[in-house]
Amino acid sequence: MIRLFNVSKRFGGKLALKNISLDIEQGEFIFISGPSGAGKSTLLKILYLADNIFEGQVLIDGMNLSRISSSKLPVLRRRFGIVFQDFKLIPTLTVYENISLVLEAAGKKTSFIKKKVMQVLRSIGMEKKAKAFPLTLSGGEQQRVAVARAVVGEPSIILADEPTGSLDSTSARAILDFLMEYHKKGSTILIASHDLHLMKNTIKGRNIELNAGRIVSTDIMY
Amino acid sequence: MIHSLKRALTDIRSNKFLNLITIITISLSIMVVSVFLLFFENAGRVIESWNQGGRAMIYLKGEFNTDMLPQLKAKINALGDIDEMVYISKAKALDTLKKTLASQTTFLKTLKKNPLPDALEIKIKSYKNFQGVQTLAQNIKAIDIVDDIEYGQGWLGQFLKLFKLFKITGYAMCGFFFLIALFITANTVRLAFYSRKLEVDIMRLVGATEIFIKAPFYIEGLVQGFLGGVLGLGALLATYLMVSSGITQSLASYVYFDIRFLSVKMVMLIIFSSTFLGWFGCYLSLKQIFK
Ligand SMILES: Nc1ncnc2c1ncn2[C@@H]1O[C@H](COP(=O)(O)OP(=O)(O)OP(=O)(O)O)[C@@H](O)[C@H]1O
Ligand SMILES: [Mg+2]
Repeated sequence: MIRLFNVSKRFGGKLALKNISLDIEQGEFIFISGPSGAGKSTLLKILYLADNIFEGQVLIDGMNLSRISSSKLPVLRRRFGIVFQDFKLIPTLTVYENISLVLEAAGKKTSFIKKKVMQVLRSIGMEKKAKAFPLTLSGGEQQRVAVARAVVGEPSIILADEPTGSLDSTSARAILDFLMEYHKKGSTILIASHDLHLMKNTIKGRNIELNAGRIVSTDIMY
Repeated sequence: MIHSLKRALTDIRSNKFLNLITIITISLSIMVVSVFLLFFENAGRVIESWNQGGRAMIYLKGEFNTDMLPQLKAKINALGDIDEMVYISKAKALDTLKKTLASQTTFLKTLKKNPLPDALEIKIKSYKNFQGVQTLAQNIKAIDIVDDIEYGQGWLGQFLKLFKLFKITGYAMCGFFFLIALFITANTVRLAFYSRKLEVDIMRLVGATEIFIKAPFYIEGLVQGFLGGVLGLGALLATYLMVSSGITQSLASYVYFDIRFLSVKMVMLIIFSSTFLGWFGCYLSLKQIFK
């Protein structure tokens, strides 16, 4: 369902990704690891079309990302739930509004939105902060809101860039368990993180290790 | 839709000052334009009432005698709608003159010959415009026994020319202020857009369509235009009420000049135009931004 073929990404003269080829099946759990600067975020950005200038081919459900029309773009993006490394919460909107935005953009009914948003907030333990503004939250709280926003639309693909980076190990595990629930429901999940320890022993999936823009190893975790 | 409305209102609230300035600018422009329209509507109406008909004097040539009267009346009646026609013989005219100029009758007595022409005073039925009256008058003048016809064409013609000039100036001014308001609205929307660039980018990334993203800006533009229009007209109405009550007190006793406020149709048109202006300004600036 996600297929990368010889994908390279250049920033100026410097290659951030080099000839990445990868096949990801529907419902897979993919862990992208590697040191800082390895190209993890760059890879995810290409997948969610934040960056459409790259070499090679990316197919998502048979759609070629280089040839996608601007009118189809929002439709494709709605199939993604994205946790950004820098959260990207809208500072002028409350926690509730940040999350409900996704459903509003998808044209869902107000009553449904209310129910769904509160449900997601409860499951990440943030229901008391629904009316708070992002900048008044701690880093960990912001991260949880970012995760909530990514999953609220029940996307078929969840792309999470360091979703536990600002959390203590207990909260981090809670977030992972939370994402696992969506995995069980059938979502494909890609998590980029350098914190390989956390993932080990908890998740069954494929670990793809990047270094300096190349895939250096692929192994199955149990 | 509800969402877009909410977001537009939040944005207006958070950019109070900018929005206020915009609304005031629009309302000032609308006010200037409306003052012109108010003037034109009233002047137009007054001119219409002068134009549309009324009294005219037909002066007849010396060779006229009363035997010709029925035939002449028939001819004139055939030319157009005449309400009444009164024949004033030169003897009667002189009599009237003598009465009105009682003190100078000695001078008039010395006249050996009556210098006044025979005349017909007619009342022309209402025409839609001055042109109709003019045509009728020209046709009457073309009758060979008619020497001249007097219906105020001289000064009215002058006035109409002046009025036309004024109207052109008015249109130019209206256009000018329209452009100013348009420019200001477009600029406000642009500023609002850039102040929310981050939000827009994030919305795109979470799959919002362009329409969803743009809708609040359009609503903002529409609200600005609408409020600007209402405010401008409101201010004009207040001024009008103040001034017109003053005029009625001081002038009503000897001048009958009734200034009316803009017609409902015109008010609607102005508010519609100013709302459109808000929308159009938004359209232009988003078009430029998304280019
Ligand atoms: N916008 C950009 N302009 C220039 N270089 C960039 C840009 N974004 C990323 N890079 C470079 O690309 C390389 C990969 O960056 P990337 O953000 O993908 O790393 P990462 O694996 O996500 O690291 P981290 O674990 O620190 O988040 C880095 O060397 C980085 O400097
Ligand atoms: Mg990164």
